[in-house]
Amino acid sequence: MSTLTSAAQILKVEALTVRFGGLAALTNVSLAVPAGEIRGIIGPNGAGKSTFFNCLTGVLRPTSGRILFNGENIAGLPPHRVSRKAIARSYQITNILPGATVLENVRIASQSRRHNWSMLRHHRAFTDVIDRARAVLADVGLAQKEDEIASNLSHGEQRNLEIGIALATEPKLLCLDEPTAGMSVTETQATVELIRRIARDLTILIVEHDMEVVMGLAQTITVLNYGEVLAEGPPAEIQANPRVQEVYLKT
Amino acid sequence: MLVLDNVDAHYGKSHVLHGVSIEVRAGEVVGLLGRNGVGKTTTLKAIMGMARRTGGRITFEGRDLHGVPPHGLAGLGIAWVPEERRIFRLLTVLENLRTGLDRPGVTPARREELLEKVYAYFPILKERRNQAGGTLSGGEQQMLAIARAMVLEPKIILLDEPTEGLMPRMVAQIQEIVHALHREGVAILLVEQNVPLTLDAAGRVYIMEKGTVRHHASSAELRADQRVIHEYLGV
Amino acid sequence: MDQILIQTLHGLVNGMVLAMVASGLTLIFGIMDIVNFAHGDLLMLGAFVGASVLGVTGNYWLALLAAAVVIAVLGAALQVTTLRPLIGRDPLTTILATFGVSLVLQKYALWQWGPSVRQISEPVRGDFTLFHLQYPWYRIVTAILAGLIIAALWLFLKYGKFGIWIRATTQDRVMAQAMGIPVPLVYTAVFAIGSAMAAASGVLFGPFAGVTQTMGFDFTLRAFIVVVVGGMGNLGGSILASIFVSLLEAYAAIVVSPAQAVIVSFIVLVLTMLFRPTGLFVPTPK
Repeated sequence: MSTLTSAAQILKVEALTVRFGGLAALTNVSLAVPAGEIRGIIGPNGAGKSTFFNCLTGVLRPTSGRILFNGENIAGLPPHRVSRKAIARSYQITNILPGATVLENVRIASQSRRHNWSMLRHHRAFTDVIDRARAVLADVGLAQKEDEIASNLSHGEQRNLEIGIALATEPKLLCLDEPTAGMSVTETQATVELIRRIARDLTILIVEHDMEVVMGLAQTITVLNYGEVLAEGPPAEIQANPRVQEVYLKT
Repeated sequence: MLVLDNVDAHYGKSHVLHGVSIEVRAGEVVGLLGRNGVGKTTTLKAIMGMARRTGGRITFEGRDLHGVPPHGLAGLGIAWVPEERRIFRLLTVLENLRTGLDRPGVTPARREELLEKVYAYFPILKERRNQAGGTLSGGEQQMLAIARAMVLEPKIILLDEPTEGLMPRMVAQIQEIVHALHREGVAILLVEQNVPLTLDAAGRVYIMEKGTVRHHASSAELRADQRVIHEYLGV
Repeated sequence: MDQILIQTLHGLVNGMVLAMVASGLTLIFGIMDIVNFAHGDLLMLGAFVGASVLGVTGNYWLALLAAAVVIAVLGAALQVTTLRPLIGRDPLTTILATFGVSLVLQKYALWQWGPSVRQISEPVRGDFTLFHLQYPWYRIVTAILAGLIIAALWLFLKYGKFGIWIRATTQDRVMAQAMGIPVPLVYTAVFAIGSAMAAASGVLFGPFAGVTQTMGFDFTLRAFIVVVVGGMGNLGGSILASIFVSLLEAYAAIVVSPAQAVIVSFIVLVLTMLFRPTGLFVPTPK
């Protein structure tokens, strides 16, 4: 499957293992994601998807194994250092600032990437930051709402704002954790289109339970089960894989 | 007996249930299937008054549940076995059961009877009756959660993913218990992701996706044509 | 040496009274997450009620009982009217509410009983002799009574049906409701029990220093310190902490004035927050 040179693999996970006492949350998980791909991560409850994301973004320190991002091992780095490496993550529980406007939410994220929290200049002096923020809002479909207070947005809009905040940090790798959870069918469709739009310049990892979403978006899918990689391949292959069906339908 | 009529529910801003209509008749075992995150647990929580119902009606034996305080549902005959089991960890097994046994209107003799009955179903609970709930294994906690519901002498049990995280041997045991409860005439609304168990235990099944009911059929029909199951639960 | 012995007795006796107050406070906090700033004032009102009943009947035990009952009812009424409507809101709201209640109770006491100090005469006269020292009997009796009342509370929580309801509600309110336990009633009852214990403490403590409207404050302060040091919501912990802190204060009073000895309690509080914030007498959390 891997006809790529390792230079084109933006993310390479090698034998990632996470153990909590006697419980193995992840066992020997290996995968390689080429730059620019949308990779879906699926698996039944308890398969280790969240644990995997937590390792990638520095929230959790793996017991063993390596996570090579652009060739550099980031396993065990704390979250703020991981973020500096251009990996961003959206969360299941929204992390937006409810009292700030939509533009401010994104501007703050963008500023953190570009200007290291300089305290002495007024924020309006950073025109590049504001331009970047507006560009992100256009990408996530919230350009019309830039002055709206974030808590006034609908649930779907808030989750898209969350993606915008992650985007504003100019990541090379974007990890989306169940981005359509709790959304209606229309909101889901809007988010799927959003992800397609932003995927052009990014590598995206997406954990999802909604099969239509993940099968429609991902170029390659990795299936986890009980902390191990069960199967990997393009959507059609995964859907035709009897072992994967077994795991989901418990037949 | 239990009727959800076009129910909408919200968690904060998130519109999680859209026009859910489900019915469970007296003595029936009804299955509620669907992938993770589709709203199955939320449906049970809406019945228990724990999710904000923003549309539709939920009635039990003809009585609208809106306005019934959360602690009134057990008295009406509705018992809940939540997904996380929610055993009172610092209470002993016996004390956990007593939270259900010590109801008004239950004579001491009847309490003894009910206790003996659940001990007969779950001998391990009798063995561990003075042990703290938190020290029980996952399977034992599940049994305790079901026993705790049984001593309420309910008309319906809302059973949320009872086999999740359990070993196959325990899954078979749970299946047995669901059958036994059905024989006793207790209605069950069984939320599950385990398809074979649900098709075996339930007469009718609702399938949910993205906060709404997408399909409703008898188990026989679903067993005969597996495509529906594959579509909504498979990959 | 004599000093140390006397102070040990002081510490133990004060510790037992404080334990009674703290038990009520920690019970209320453990089940309802309510920080009851009015707790010491319930103690104060209990002392006043006790003083009045004693004045009328001359019977100390009747005064003790009456104070507990009256303040239990008052506590229940307070909870239903001011605290129940605030359930589920920002915790700051309940703190402000109980603080407001505290002020109201103090002013009420001033209005009702006037500014002069009331007396509660001790139930048992005479001193008992320990080695060559004299120590008042009634203080010993107070400590024993406090101990008995706390033991009764413990037994009630452990064995009674209501005790199970209280413990279940404390651990998982939502599941307790699902089991049919009438949680609003349990909340009111716990507040009443806490109030009754505070009131009884007030009557027990009355003979020590007289009854004034501001006597509650010191108790509220120390009770909070002790609840934190003992582990919030931990009944056994707050009892041990009460005795520990009271002993330390009593020994400190050998060296500095009693008014300054309270600093010791604060030092213990700060150290606890820094090094064992879940409580000194709580097993190390994993």
